[in-house]
Amino acid sequence: MLIGAVVLFPAVELVRASLSRYSITGLYQGAVGGRNYARLLQQDALGPVALNTLTWVGAVVGLTLVISLALAQFLDLEFPGRRLVRWALIVPWAASLIMTSKLFVWIYDYYFGLLNRALVALHVVRGPIDWLGDDRTVMGAMIGVGVFVSLPFTTYVLLAGLQSIPGEVYEAARVDGASGWRTYWAVTLPLLRPALVVAAVLNLIYVFNSFPIVWTLNDRNPGFGHDTLITYMYKIAFKSALRDVGLAAALGVVNVLLTLAAVLVYLNTVRWRESFEA
Amino acid sequence: MRRAGRTVAGQLVALALLAPYLVMLLTALKPEAELRTSPPRLLPSDWQPGNFVTVLADPGFQSWLRVSLVVAALSTALVVLAAVPAAYHTARRRFRGRTAFLLLVLVTQMFSPTALVVGLYREFFELDLVNTYSALILTNAAFNLAFAVWMLRAFFASIPREVEEAAAVDGCGRLRTLVSIVLPLARPGIVTVVIFAFIAAWNEYVVALTLMTDPDMKPLTVGITSYVTAYVQHWNLLFAASTLAIVPVVILFALIEPYLVAGLTAGSVK
Repeated sequence: MLIGAVVLFPAVELVRASLSRYSITGLYQGAVGGRNYARLLQQDALGPVALNTLTWVGAVVGLTLVISLALAQFLDLEFPGRRLVRWALIVPWAASLIMTSKLFVWIYDYYFGLLNRALVALHVVRGPIDWLGDDRTVMGAMIGVGVFVSLPFTTYVLLAGLQSIPGEVYEAARVDGASGWRTYWAVTLPLLRPALVVAAVLNLIYVFNSFPIVWTLNDRNPGFGHDTLITYMYKIAFKSALRDVGLAAALGVVNVLLTLAAVLVYLNTVRWRESFEA
Repeated sequence: MRRAGRTVAGQLVALALLAPYLVMLLTALKPEAELRTSPPRLLPSDWQPGNFVTVLADPGFQSWLRVSLVVAALSTALVVLAAVPAAYHTARRRFRGRTAFLLLVLVTQMFSPTALVVGLYREFFELDLVNTYSALILTNAAFNLAFAVWMLRAFFASIPREVEEAAAVDGCGRLRTLVSIVLPLARPGIVTVVIFAFIAAWNEYVVALTLMTDPDMKPLTVGITSYVTAYVQHWNLLFAASTLAIVPVVILFALIEPYLVAGLTAGSVK
């Protein structure tokens, strides 16, 4: 009886989760065959949207990793007030993404936003910039927010990685006469590799699937000019003149497959099987 | 000297991370008229803590708050009820399909409901559950279950078997052992799971946006956006409401922070 209760509950839950996955493909593939997929490929917006997605994911994940690595390195040092920094790092992580996104819409605002005010005051720019309305700046503005909210988790993962490197390794490097930089390149980075891979792949998945930031910051702009595959799919299904669930579902399947590919890469790299033996 | 430098640098980093939220709080304290001063000012000249009262008294806000609380609380309860037995079982026993089960759990964790939102909508539409608590509760529970199972599995696995064997010798049944010996020992893990699942459900946006179209059934994340639309622009109220929603979450989050990374990167090389 205990086993029944033990296995049944999560099984029901997981079946439920998996059912929702089937319903994307199951329902529509049977009815119209591959037509939705063929039509998907004919959409004019698909090319630019795919390119946007590539820019969005590449830039956010890349920048996040670089900044987080520096931050993690910094937080690995001892100094008074370190707790405060770690505490501050939690805030963007815990805050709801939609609220943070709205907040940045306000900060980026053309007339009343503090970003323009600060930049003009510091003579970085001559006049205010319409960050979220100008085609040249929208993507950059979104990437900025994307990086901001991805930093905490990534920094924590890398920090955990750094702290798992035993101190003796550094001692040995010093005894062998390695300089600071050399130690870093030859000892720290290779040992940090697993943590870096974990952070990179998980971020890849999270950022690819990120919805609220692009949805909110790109709200004012018509068309699909700055959408990613995820928001594009959502607009096809629920918002655009198309209102085409079949087409959106086809794109949804593509998105799921892309995520799944990333998951497989992840599982392959982290050798998940080993952790079961504990 | 170097340590002092680090402290200053640390404070600058903290400021950079908190600055946007400071803007949020300060804007929440501005009167409506001051939102449209150009050039904008950081500090309100007329402080209006009354904005928070306005928001709390708004029936709309009360309704969103109610939905958020119900959904977060019930989906958390569901997660814990399902995850405790599942995690205990997989931590203690080897059974057929155990590896497959854990892999399935891990894959679910990597997925966000966003990629599946069209499918979810179809599913709940056919079940006639759009605009019901159940739809949102089930979705949140399903997606937070993975983290919960992984997290708790690690906690259960770290409890020495001998403790349970001793309890068995003393005449405890299996259920009694689980309830009065194992669960208290795994309490930090359970607290972490409860807080994490609650926050994740509390902050969820996409599924709620899609499934909860009835104004009476919107949770906070979706509801508060109606303070700022093409027609009305109550940024101060939006941020007052956001502050109210974020502050308790940040405090709860800080409590479980030590365990989060381990749980979220579960399955990676230790």
